[in-house]
Amino acid sequence: MEKEEVKKKIYELVEKSTGKKKLKSSDIQKTISAEAGISRDEVKDALRDLIDEGKLIYTYFGGSFVEIPPK
Amino acid sequence: MPKKYETPLLDELEKGPFPSFVTEIKKAAARSDMAADELGQLEKSYRDKRGYWKHGGIVGVRGYGSGVIGRYSSLPDEFPNVANFHTVRINSISGFFYTSKFLNEMCDIWDKYGSGLTNLHGSTGDLVLLGTNTENLEPIFAEFSSRGWDLGGSGSALRTPSCCVGPARCEWANIDTLDITYSITQEWQDEMHRPAFPYKFKFKTAGCAVDCIASIARADCSIIGTWKGNIAVDQAEVANYAKKGMNIQEEIVNMCPSKCMSYDGKELKINDADCIRCMHCIAKMTKALKPTGEKGATILIGSKAPFVIGATLSWVIVPFIKMEPPYDEFKDLIRKMWEFWDEYGKNRERIGELIIRKGMREFLEFIGVEPQPQQIKEPRRDPFFFWTEADLQK
Repeated sequence: MEKEEVKKKIYELVEKSTGKKKLKSSDIQKTISAEAGISRDEVKDALRDLIDEGKLIYTYFGGSFVEIPPK
Repeated sequence: MPKKYETPLLDELEKGPFPSFVTEIKKAAARSDMAADELGQLEKSYRDKRGYWKHGGIVGVRGYGSGVIGRYSSLPDEFPNVANFHTVRINSISGFFYTSKFLNEMCDIWDKYGSGLTNLHGSTGDLVLLGTNTENLEPIFAEFSSRGWDLGGSGSALRTPSCCVGPARCEWANIDTLDITYSITQEWQDEMHRPAFPYKFKFKTAGCAVDCIASIARADCSIIGTWKGNIAVDQAEVANYAKKGMNIQEEIVNMCPSKCMSYDGKELKINDADCIRCMHCIAKMTKALKPTGEKGATILIGSKAPFVIGATLSWVIVPFIKMEPPYDEFKDLIRKMWEFWDEYGKNRERIGELIIRKGMREFLEFIGVEPQPQQIKEPRRDPFFFWTEADLQK
């Protein structure tokens, strides 16, 4: 699977969870790798890009989560 | 000129023989609006018997999920200069060896962008800068990173590894604590800056069982230097200690936890097979006793402050492992432990708590370490290891 496609899947997952459940980085890695049949390292790599680009951010609320930055 | 607050309750904390954090904040408050408001809010907290800080939310600079602890005043109208009062953690250097040039630069940066208040070092071991606002986070990071420094760990991540001074200043170090800490830091940059663990994970490395860095109480993974050979005894020096007034029977022999020593007034004997290498006798009689033979480390897991369960001390997982660069065997072992934690750990569950919940047998099987007598934490304590039917049939 192309990296851009993995990034899209990750973003959609985080977007879908917004307001319902905060996702940890490991939740995203487990879910996407199972869904897309790819390794966790590939998901981690795509997630890193999304964070570096500022499309997703880390937050802390008693634990570390990945979220969409506030507008 | 910063606002001056009356602080009768905090003033009480300046009395007595010990250094006072209040005195230090007052010094900073004379030239920093932020430190002045911090003092004002703290006095109000003491008066009202409640805290006025909220924390969380923001966690770092672009690309990082660690290194900044967001802190906000719940009274921003009353104390506007501490409406944001974020903490910045800078990854400390192994053994805390700084140059005065760096310390001067660090203070200049912090006076420019923050409250001027620092904490060297926080309990995790970072160089802690207390109090800045959100806009200044990126410039602070740019200033430090341009000088070769980086942010430390925070949140559900690997925390900044730390160690004792080790072989840099201590002849009793059995391992190179400084190099181990540096190697761990370089190896696991992602784990430190991109939080992906169920909760925090700390490494602390001590050169010997004296454990000057208190790794056994403060780290999820304690790496403690040890040795395999006998303790060499210089009987002439033993006699010197006795001559100078040391009560060897009381202070050394009777204090030996495994009772492996005897002294007849002339000769100190050690039954090395029973020695548990606690370092008590060596630390007391440095001129007379010396470890010999192969050097390495004991790996312990699980200490933490009270949270889901009460405070715990680390317990032995690997009694002896060689610790030589590039530390591949050790790093592979840690990766297996993290895999176990990732697989079964709940949100905010430390690895030690998980081992207690799942059981030592499952943990050891997962990481591929054989059960050993040294893993029993205390005499007459359940070692948490239960035999399977298959084991019993062997």
